[in-house]
Amino acid sequence: MDINQAILDSLAKNNVEFVTTVPCKQLAGVIEKVENDKRFMHVPSNKEDEGMGLCAGAFMGGKRPCIIMQNTAVGVTVNTLASLTQFYNMPLPMLISYRGELGERVAIQAEMAVHTKALLAQLNIQTYHFHKPEDVTELDAILHHTFMTRKPTAILTDSNFWGGY
Amino acid sequence: MIRSEIIKNLVPVLKDQLVVCNIGLPSQELHMMGDQPSNFYMLGTMGLCSSIGLGLALTQKAKVISIDGDGSILTNLGTLPTIANNVAHNFILLIIDNGSYGSTGDQPTYTGMKTSLAKVAEACGCDNVIECQAEEAVNVMKTAIAGDKMTIIVCKCESGNIPVPVIELDGPVIRHRFMEEVKRKNA
Ligand SMILES: [Mg+2]
Repeated sequence: MDINQAILDSLAKNNVEFVTTVPCKQLAGVIEKVENDKRFMHVPSNKEDEGMGLCAGAFMGGKRPCIIMQNTAVGVTVNTLASLTQFYNMPLPMLISYRGELGERVAIQAEMAVHTKALLAQLNIQTYHFHKPEDVTELDAILHHTFMTRKPTAILTDSNFWGGY
Repeated sequence: MIRSEIIKNLVPVLKDQLVVCNIGLPSQELHMMGDQPSNFYMLGTMGLCSSIGLGLALTQKAKVISIDGDGSILTNLGTLPTIANNVAHNFILLIIDNGSYGSTGDQPTYTGMKTSLAKVAEACGCDNVIECQAEEAVNVMKTAIAGDKMTIIVCKCESGNIPVPVIELDGPVIRHRFMEEVKRKNA
């Protein structure tokens, strides 16, 4: 199964048309695919809170958004998630590379990894953890749920999901 | 002239336009002097006014005006390269540059010192950057609205504030009535 293609197809099936990204090595493949897929408007952002602002605007413009980012960004965006996405009841699927999990080779990545789920739980953000490639089949239902609830959703994708480092 | 006078002068020009307004006093002033359903008041997340406006402009047809400030642009300086490289000709970014963090008590920002936001915007690749004085704001805005080019306006003014009430609208109410206006304009 091509995970990247499965992700894009789930996004398209759920009428996501606006995607913003901040790179992570683990996300390189999916970002490249988004850039080259005519079904999506891809607007790279320089920081993840900026990206969430773009997504808020896109949602109000009538286009379903998605942000693709690394888990370190959960730390960057706490205020934006609470004061923008949640305060205004906006849906936002966040496809997040979950660095610092089993197989990680860069020790410092574990420092934010241990805070990631705790921060998401503190923010009452609905959170899903993809550990095996076949978990991608749940993305369709998660996206549907995200737009139905008009809430942010975190989809944590660890190294094992992406096939190891 | 201070920011609240610029906003007061702009209210007739902004009538029925989609306006995304910066956090704090700018939103409170606009709300007090010219509330309308097509105003989106940011009540949190300093810095994201221009990002919300760009996302909105890129995804629908109607004109979008972001009313931002020098302090919040400095907070999210990465927005200018994104704007420059993802051109939306229905987007107008008005940066009211009073050289201070107005909402927090007019502490000075660097734009009142050596930093020129107009030059920063140009260096970031923005094509149509206009620096003007407070007195020219209405005419510059009228021209930008009548035109068909993305415009970045840096409007210099004095710092200073007037007393204004806080906005008591709920977030989803602001968002819902704003989105109804977006739909109406794109129907
Ligand atoms: Mg200011």
